Amino acid sequence: MDTSILIAIFPQVLLDGIVLGFMYALIALGYTMVYGVLEFINFAHSEIFVLGAFVGVEILLALKFWGILDAFSPFLVLGILLLAGMAASGLLAVTVERVAYRPLRAAPRLIPLISAIGVSFSLQDIIRLCESLWNNAFNLVYPTMDQLNFRFQLTETIDVSVKSLVVIAAALLMLWALHLIVNRTKVGKAIRAVAEDQATASLMGINVNRMISLTFLIGGAMGGAAGVLFGVQYSLVNPYTGFIPGIKAFTAAVLGGIGNIPGAMVGGLVLGLLEAFAASYLSLLTGGAFGAEYKDIFAFSILILILIFRPKGLLGEVVRERA
Amino acid sequence: MTWLTALLNRPAPATGLVVAMIGLSSFAVAYSPRSLIAFLLFQASILLLYFAQIPRWLKRGLAFVSLGILMPILGTINGYYLEVATQVGIFVALALGLNIVVGLAGLLDLGYVAFYAVGAYTWAIFGSPQAGKFISASVAHFPLAGGWFFVFLILGVIVAAIFGILLGLPVLRLRGDYLAIVTLGFGEVIRVLANNLDKPINFTNGPQGITPISRPPLFFQPLLSALGVPASPTVLYPLYLYALVLLIVGVVILVNRRLEDSHIGRAWEAIREDEVAAQAMGVPLVRMKLLAFACGASFAGVMGVIFSAKQVFINPESFTFLESIGVLSMVILGGMGSIPGAILGATVVTVLNLQVLKGMSLWLNSLRNAGVTILGYNLANLPTQLEPAKYERMIFGIILVLMMIYRPQGILPARRRSRELGGSK
Repeated sequence: MDTSILIAIFPQVLLDGIVLGFMYALIALGYTMVYGVLEFINFAHSEIFVLGAFVGVEILLALKFWGILDAFSPFLVLGILLLAGMAASGLLAVTVERVAYRPLRAAPRLIPLISAIGVSFSLQDIIRLCESLWNNAFNLVYPTMDQLNFRFQLTETIDVSVKSLVVIAAALLMLWALHLIVNRTKVGKAIRAVAEDQATASLMGINVNRMISLTFLIGGAMGGAAGVLFGVQYSLVNPYTGFIPGIKAFTAAVLGGIGNIPGAMVGGLVLGLLEAFAASYLSLLTGGAFGAEYKDIFAFSILILILIFRPKGLLGEVVRERA
Repeated sequence: MTWLTALLNRPAPATGLVVAMIGLSSFAVAYSPRSLIAFLLFQASILLLYFAQIPRWLKRGLAFVSLGILMPILGTINGYYLEVATQVGIFVALALGLNIVVGLAGLLDLGYVAFYAVGAYTWAIFGSPQAGKFISASVAHFPLAGGWFFVFLILGVIVAAIFGILLGLPVLRLRGDYLAIVTLGFGEVIRVLANNLDKPINFTNGPQGITPISRPPLFFQPLLSALGVPASPTVLYPLYLYALVLLIVGVVILVNRRLEDSHIGRAWEAIREDEVAAQAMGVPLVRMKLLAFACGASFAGVMGVIFSAKQVFINPESFTFLESIGVLSMVILGGMGSIPGAILGATVVTVLNLQVLKGMSLWLNSLRNAGVTILGYNLANLPTQLEPAKYERMIFGIILVLMMIYRPQGILPARRRSRELGGSK
């Protein structure tokens, strides 16, 4: 086997893996924050993520329709998309919690999980219904913005597109903001208190319901931002795109230790890198016997193995603090 | 509805009502084979039969008449009804299998369709030329003769049960929600494997799927022609498969009822209610959990074999997460742990998907083509992508959410109610 190919593509694969990893990290935050507070898997988070992607594409299509898409700097447009996507997804997450999870908070564990699966499935088709009525299509393509597609040629074989850099920068910015909110503000302290012990927190004068809503709002907003970035990076969105990234982001959250915010970032990056390497190296290493299609099995196997052998995740025990 | 209950509680009027309903509705179906409402009425009359307080022999007799005689006759009038009935039967068996795992043992399995896939592929690979691609012709010639189908019904049960145990072993220690996610992952892994095992050795033929799959032989055809019944395979096969499904559903129901009241069923329910307490009372946790997975899986396996023979063609698309959730919504709708509930849930959800949604699509299309105007809006302008038939996820999802919020014990709750799963009253 020609090892020079393996070495030559290494930096490119690393870069792709990092971009993918930050995407997973952003989505994983929604899972991990909710799990930290309620010990509950918000199965509908994948659709909250997809809504962000759809809000983004609708705004872009509208701008393009009016012919003013090129009048603005793409970075300004992207900023608007991110804000709109975050707002929409955050509100959706809060609504879903209010309608489908809060009435079941006292119920046995499996009941809200089943409800969440139901929400996830109905949201997929509700998004499809809305898009079918509005656009008569539900497989949408992000309009291209030339400046974002520009690629810096680093060496002969390695290049990096502006949008990949934007994804990394936006993700880092948001993770930093989240860190500030959770660890440096009073509200963040309240959220952490609710995660630690709801009853005691409410005795300390914390409005538990409001903090839970806020957790969903923040987690949902991160998901929405990830949705917009996903759309910009990979172009194609449909109402069912959320499922696989959602499961993988959940894997990332579990990998890093569910309920643990830095864990979600680490887990996301690790999973993104593993997947990128699996996708490009598996078929090279096995002489084409196992192709890139097995990257999904790779992710699922990691999920299963982690849940079975180390359910606390990589960082679960090291960092006790939860969000 | 109190008058209806009062009526059904007295044997004489109940018998009259049920017989009249069955008779009238089958007449209606025979008279206007295209009417969806007539067929729904026929199904409702069977439900009425279930609730009627009439002697058991009469109930069984009427059930046999309506499902064993009237249904095939109606099926020859409109073949689609027979197709629906067969699908309902398949899903009843799946729902009953999942009911053991989720309803009785309280283990939320989100990858249940994997076992169905295992059963389907077991027969599909050997009942088609596919196996010849990795087994040399000197060993055996493929496709196997149709008679092997009956052997594979048993094999499907065994193979699926083995997969059930394989899944069960690693998840024994896991708590409820983690177990759900692991089973989901397992289901996806099986599907991705089916999708990709066309290389390096071609086991499953990948996304193209496997076709043609042999059907069971029509061993009774000479008898029929001797009796002077003119029957071509195209007429006979749907009836034959329907009868086969009906027979297996009968066996599955019997096994379920025997299990439910046996010490095994009680052990499962004890595990569902409180694992630690169950163990303290001497319930062998490991064996009972594995048994639950194996039992649930085996029902799916046998139906998978029938499914592949019925469809003649299978590919991984038939075994997605959507299917698992569909079966779950059937169990939840009917009531977790309840056998009549699982049967009702499977029937309602399948009929909703196959008939009501499709019916709405057709109706919408006809309105669109006719260009009807409602409130000043011309329906010819309706978006073409708006196809109600494609919204089965919405049905599943809404069922799950509404049932969890308003009636977690289901429409027909299990007699021994469960604390763990929320039906406390």
